[in-house]
Amino acid sequence: MKKLLILGAGTAGTIMLNKLLPVLNRDEWQITIVDQFETHYYQPGFLFIPFGIYGPQDVVKPKRDFFPSGAEVVFSPIDRIEAKDNRVVLDGGQIINYDILIVATGSKIVPAEIEGMDGSGWRKNIFDFYTIEGATALAKFLKFWEGGRLVLNIAEMPIKCPVAPLEFVFLADWWFTEQGIRDKVELQFVTPLPGAFTKPRASSVFGNFLTKKNIGLTADFNIARVDAENNKIISWEEQEEEYDLLVTIPTNMGDPLIERSGLGDELNFIPTDKHTLQSKDHENIFVLGDATDLPSSKAGSVAHFQADILFENILSYIEDRPLKARFDGHANCYIESGFGRGILIDFNYDTEPLPGKFPLPGIGPFSLLEETRMNHYGKMMFRWMYWNLLLKGAELPIESQMLMAGKRH
Amino acid sequence: MPTREIAGKTIDFDDENFMSDHTQWNEDVATELAKEEGIEQLNDRHLVVINFMRKEFEEKGTGPSIRRLTKQSGVPTKELYALFPGGPAKKAARIAGITKPQGCV
Ligand SMILES: Cc1cc2nc3c(=O)[nH]c(=O)nc-3n(C[C@H](O)[C@H](O)[C@H](O)COP(=O)(O)OP(=O)(O)OC[C@H]3O[C@@H](n4cnc5c(N)ncnc54)[C@H](O)[C@@H]3O)c2cc1C
Repeated sequence: MKKLLILGAGTAGTIMLNKLLPVLNRDEWQITIVDQFETHYYQPGFLFIPFGIYGPQDVVKPKRDFFPSGAEVVFSPIDRIEAKDNRVVLDGGQIINYDILIVATGSKIVPAEIEGMDGSGWRKNIFDFYTIEGATALAKFLKFWEGGRLVLNIAEMPIKCPVAPLEFVFLADWWFTEQGIRDKVELQFVTPLPGAFTKPRASSVFGNFLTKKNIGLTADFNIARVDAENNKIISWEEQEEEYDLLVTIPTNMGDPLIERSGLGDELNFIPTDKHTLQSKDHENIFVLGDATDLPSSKAGSVAHFQADILFENILSYIEDRPLKARFDGHANCYIESGFGRGILIDFNYDTEPLPGKFPLPGIGPFSLLEETRMNHYGKMMFRWMYWNLLLKGAELPIESQMLMAGKRH
Repeated sequence: MPTREIAGKTIDFDDENFMSDHTQWNEDVATELAKEEGIEQLNDRHLVVINFMRKEFEEKGTGPSIRRLTKQSGVPTKELYALFPGGPAKKAARIAGITKPQGCV
């Protein structure tokens, strides 16, 4: 019996399991998936927790609900991959051999990468919202906060869901308005990027939203350390930003297991062919979702598009055919912009986000690079789609390759 | 694709003003590009960084991130920012004659 092993049962690993299990011949292939946690977190929902829109209970479900029957499921931390022996070692020393390995162990924040970040101010007036613990602690803090200077800082790129920090300040603007204290809160968006976002056209659109919502922008700020005593962050070039409340997106890294396995780059992301999703160093290892070093966005929608491609390539690999399916970097993100509105962007490796209608050219119902109520419903519907369609590997009404139809230059 | 005369050589640039063919590069070209970036004189430390970037580019097809630079070239982050004020990864890549680091999305 041959073994296909999936590491990580988050968004990407779960999708892949659901796609492969029904089609692989069960007399030939045993599929195993390993994860450390029994709970699946809907991470896009973390954004809404600080503002009380969702509670922690709204973003969790048991992982088991999303596993098809017939898969071998192992709950255990993974210690390392021994690629040259085609095997994985779990924390307790248990060994799992594989013929094909799919790594989908994601990325996570590492506050300790920035000097002073996780010291005396951590979760007192310094919070993240990329973890359920951080988002929940921030919700408690905000309930009692009477105002001051809120600095949102992105430590370094890449981060998962690169639009989430913008959504956070847009929602904060709305929320403080609702609380009646917007005039007591100064919002500052402090980023290492040259503008509000990575891609030029979207960056200028989002820059205008920041201005319109009276949110300050500090660009090209590369944080070196946090001075928690004096409530300021300091860049490598000694620029300073003072805060009363610091909301940070700390450095994002692949899991330490990747480092222990000697498979990662300096951020523990795995060098991966950006079109075929095969690891660059081992032909029987494939990488999916946030764990790759691909220059595409680290997002659930992206993991979903990648899964369509990887599915075809795994079948080709099994039959010794060339890996023909090519991932084009497609990303599709709803951006909550506050006051019941949203913005939508759709892009890939080569084409930056452009205006137009989506997914039906000329019709919509969603509008690209524009703020509409419909886009907000799209964002809120995404949670339903995520639990009910996306994780189960079902077809979404969106092509995995980006389409130019409906877009305007 | 824009072409310009630099240090007596005809050099091709991409739309973002990075050299599109790194084999057209030499140290005289680097000196001129450095001036365009506001660095009057390239010293040994600049060259350590620049040579490291070129080596990475030749091996990997893309320039290194700042993290990789500090880890592998032995030049600390603080010094990198002092050598190439306002964005070491991008500036050093431009002076090293390689394309813009892929970085992030
Ligand atoms: C605040 C926030 C907002 C977001 N908003 C959006 C959005 O609006 N739209 C969107 O598309 N995406 C969004 N995302 C991104 C999206 O959640 C991720 O890109 C997606 O979950 C990536 O899937 P993955 O499978 O690669 O990683 P994950 O889903 O993180 O899964 C990785 C899994 O690997 C397991 N694992 C890791 N290391 C080990 C180990 N050593 N041993 C055992 N198990 C291990 C983990 O337990 C986890 O279950 C958001 C993310 C955040 C944080």
